[in-house]
Amino acid sequence: MILVVAGAISIYAASYDYDQANIFDFSEFSGKQFMWIGISLVVGFSMLLLDKRVYETYAYLIYAIVILILILTIFIAPDIKGSRSWIVLGPISIQPAEFAKSATALALAKVFSGYNFTLNKNYTNYLKVSLVILLPIILILMQKETGSALVYFSLVLVLYREGMSGLILFASICAIIYFIVAIKFTEDIILGIAAGEFWVYIMVITVLIGMLFIYCRAIILGRNVTFGFIGAGLIAIILNLFGLEIPGRIFFFSIIGLSIIYILIFMFRENIKKIIISLTFAVASIMFLFSVNYVFGNILENHQQIRIKVALGIEQDLRGAGYNVNQSKIAIGSGGFLGKGFLNGTQTKLKYVPEQHTDFIFCTIGEEEGFIGSTIVLALFLFLIIRLINIAERQHTAYGRVYAYCVVSYLIFHISINIGMVIGLCPVIGIPLPFFSYGGSALLGFTILLFILLRIDASRRERGNY
Amino acid sequence: MRKDYNLEKRKFIIGGFIIVICFIYFIKLFELQICETKYKDNADSNAFFRKTIYPSRGLMYDRNGELIVYNQPAYDVIMIPREVTDFDTLDFCHTIQITKEQFDKRLTDLKNKKINPSYSSYTPQTFISHLSAQDYGRIQEKLYRFPGFFIQKRVIRQYNHITGANLLGNIREVNAKDIEKDDYYRPGDYTGDLGIEKSYEQILRGSKGEEILIRDAHGRIKGKYDNGKLDVAPVSGKDLTLSIDVELQKYGELLMQNKIGAIVAIEPATGEILAMVSSPTYDPTQLIGRVRGKNYKELVNNKYKPLFDRSLMGAYPPGSTFKPSQGLIFLEEGIVNLSTAFPCYHGYVSGRLKVGCHSHGSPINLKPALQTSCNAYFCWGLKNMIDSRSRYGSPDKAFEIWKNHLVSMGYGYKLGVDLPSESRGFIPNSAFYNKIYGKGHWSANTIISIAIGQGEILATPLQIANLAATIANRGYFITPHIVKKISNDTLPRKFSEKRIPTIKRQHYVDVVEGMRMAVIGGTCRFAAIPNIEVCGKTGTAQNPHGRDHSAFIGFAPMNNPKIAICVYVENAGFGATFGVPIGSLMMEKYLTREISPGRKYIEDRMLNSNTIIYSGVKKH
Repeated sequence: MILVVAGAISIYAASYDYDQANIFDFSEFSGKQFMWIGISLVVGFSMLLLDKRVYETYAYLIYAIVILILILTIFIAPDIKGSRSWIVLGPISIQPAEFAKSATALALAKVFSGYNFTLNKNYTNYLKVSLVILLPIILILMQKETGSALVYFSLVLVLYREGMSGLILFASICAIIYFIVAIKFTEDIILGIAAGEFWVYIMVITVLIGMLFIYCRAIILGRNVTFGFIGAGLIAIILNLFGLEIPGRIFFFSIIGLSIIYILIFMFRENIKKIIISLTFAVASIMFLFSVNYVFGNILENHQQIRIKVALGIEQDLRGAGYNVNQSKIAIGSGGFLGKGFLNGTQTKLKYVPEQHTDFIFCTIGEEEGFIGSTIVLALFLFLIIRLINIAERQHTAYGRVYAYCVVSYLIFHISINIGMVIGLCPVIGIPLPFFSYGGSALLGFTILLFILLRIDASRRERGNY
Repeated sequence: MRKDYNLEKRKFIIGGFIIVICFIYFIKLFELQICETKYKDNADSNAFFRKTIYPSRGLMYDRNGELIVYNQPAYDVIMIPREVTDFDTLDFCHTIQITKEQFDKRLTDLKNKKINPSYSSYTPQTFISHLSAQDYGRIQEKLYRFPGFFIQKRVIRQYNHITGANLLGNIREVNAKDIEKDDYYRPGDYTGDLGIEKSYEQILRGSKGEEILIRDAHGRIKGKYDNGKLDVAPVSGKDLTLSIDVELQKYGELLMQNKIGAIVAIEPATGEILAMVSSPTYDPTQLIGRVRGKNYKELVNNKYKPLFDRSLMGAYPPGSTFKPSQGLIFLEEGIVNLSTAFPCYHGYVSGRLKVGCHSHGSPINLKPALQTSCNAYFCWGLKNMIDSRSRYGSPDKAFEIWKNHLVSMGYGYKLGVDLPSESRGFIPNSAFYNKIYGKGHWSANTIISIAIGQGEILATPLQIANLAATIANRGYFITPHIVKKISNDTLPRKFSEKRIPTIKRQHYVDVVEGMRMAVIGGTCRFAAIPNIEVCGKTGTAQNPHGRDHSAFIGFAPMNNPKIAICVYVENAGFGATFGVPIGSLMMEKYLTREISPGRKYIEDRMLNSNTIIYSGVKKH
């Protein structure tokens, strides 16, 4: 508990420093951020003073109010850089989406804390939970703040903790990998199809075999199918050596189709449900594969496509979309081991990195404090998250635990995406680095998120003493 | 509430997930910050704009403090190709007064790696050099409209006296070789070319300064980096005071107009070169600025080779000006004494060999021989020395001793003057003759013409003048040099150390008397200057390719000499016709600052004569 506060405060201190560093000649910025830190602390501590039950009781109310504000925002917010997510109140502007995080977390916790509520009991429970999560996502998407909307998908982790099947998590990871592979390797051609597609087929087959063995424990079935695939593969290779090229797509369709029919025929000896799931998984994977190109080409906006391509190293475009990431890598890379020293960063000080005081603030740390500094920050975040997981697990109530896991999920998403994009590992998604980035709403949002957790955790004993 | 321990285990998966991510990021940070070094350079080239500040080049004054060479500002238009964005080309061309075609051509030339091997789109390239002050003023105002272009202030030379082009040298842009040799230079820098500009380059150039400016993402200069703490101030080059007397130098060039040849005048006591004329010469301002390339090419192609500094690069047969050195050797070796007389019946006759001479009394001893420039006397002297087996054992050994004496007088090797491209002249050694004639197959008569400064002997006018200075000093010389003083610095020691030839002082005194007699009643009568005791020796160097060269050495006054001189005029005939008058006029000019009325007619004759017409004319 104390450690969390200490961690939070040290990050506060750091955040104050770095903001100063960034905006040394923009006293306006750092001044504002100072004010926000003050407000955050006041709000934070007043949060601590409120009874825990306030959050629990009024969770739905708070959620409803925030949802209303979100709806309102879509209509009254001015257009800032293409998004309508800011409510301007005189000199300050607020981004309601940041507060929606806490509200959603509260509401989600409340849903789970319902009497004898378990996720897997019936599908309406899934529906309820999805509704709570999807509502803000849709509203925020309507504000054209894709980044903030994506954050809510991290709540999958919460659902997972609360009993959602691991298959869904597994499926998401598979989906991400298939997506990357299919997009990235479109240049080379194997068996008349793009290399990416080829490798996805191979992976689908591997996953199917793996699932048969490990998940279904259908050893004989698995073995036979494996031999079948290997045989088919060998035949394909031999034919190829004789100059006879089988069209790849037909080849894979036929062997996967045949294996599915084979499994369907002999599955009655095994755990039917699990085998059906495995097969569905394989079929869904293939369908996903075919939707990837469509989604990528037609649904994503152009700048999003380019950002993904840049992150995957397909395109370089150093002056356009890749500029941010390239300059940010230069900034971090030029920091070296010890960094250039506080206030001495040339890349960031001279504004080579756009948005360096908000989303790209990690550059400043990398450049001015070097490898040591950025590692320490990374370690602090890791420590914070692990600490939060422990706090979550020691809660006696589902309410507390779910809420804490919401906080964990948000943080994991923010930190991994933000730092990932700054060092060029993820596509650029406009979300801030918690506690560091300039921006009052985000800071206040995270403060509220964290302090409510502290309040809930503090009352854990009270409950225990009854 | 019931705890689901199975589900609680999932915290490890969630925790593990974030740990893996952090670990991957850690690795990536390590790679970016520790392993890669290119990012550091990238950031520096992004943020720092290093502006070179050129120092002012050292000035040159003559020995009397008269300014000869100074600096004038010039403005170059520099471009960094990478930073050039679309701009109004026509406006640009109009501003610096070039045509669109010139603009395009310049741009293609710049990018052509053959013409401009150091081209890089990241480094500043000189687009146009040496803008006029008006053009500079105009473009300076509009510069903001032409991103990627900026103005570099440079220093180029200007001349207060149009004289001594070869001696002073000039400056040019460095080439790839210069940059390779000396990493001080960057493309576009200037370096000294020829003359003093070249030999004193390191002293004259000073050192470049650098201003580190900070540049933001839009290329705007945000001020000095770290308040200019890391800036390097340029250090001006050091000024030189030359030993040249600019009036004398100009007078010498005037006398040598329409003639090919050289004059070297030295202050004997110090080795300082008072004048160093190479003719034909050219106007050093021709090689300033944008016209340099064209003019330089013309000078290179000029058939009289004005860029060839005859005073120290030209190696000529010294002719009779060589005779004093022979007298000194014979006296030193005891081959002759002052009363030793040799016969001369219109020449030196030994067996079938005959070296001609002119009418004078016979037999003759050293001083009159110098006075009348008797060929026979010196031939006999050389024969007695080389063929004296009783004294030396063999002609080889005798010849080596003879050669070593000459080398000690400054012949045969570079004297070490502080100017580039000095020639060493040529004094053969016995090995040279052994190679030609075979060991033991040559004797004095084989090589007899060297006794009178002909044959294989070659010397630069500087070496010949140095002999005059040595004789004037009665037995020592100081390495001739052109720079008298370097501001805030000292001259190399060799320019103040006496070099003493292997000849005793007394013999010099005797030779001086002979040379004095030559002026009073010998071959150098035109050299006589009222009220000044002049010593001299004519030289008429036979030239197998055309008319004889006219030469003269001399010094004055005889006691406490102030000036020693060598005049060498190609294809001008007898030493007495051109060498002597020019030499004496130079000495008179230097010693009295004017030409006495009684000698004005000599001056007029010299100014109006033209011997350049005989250049390349076959011997008649």
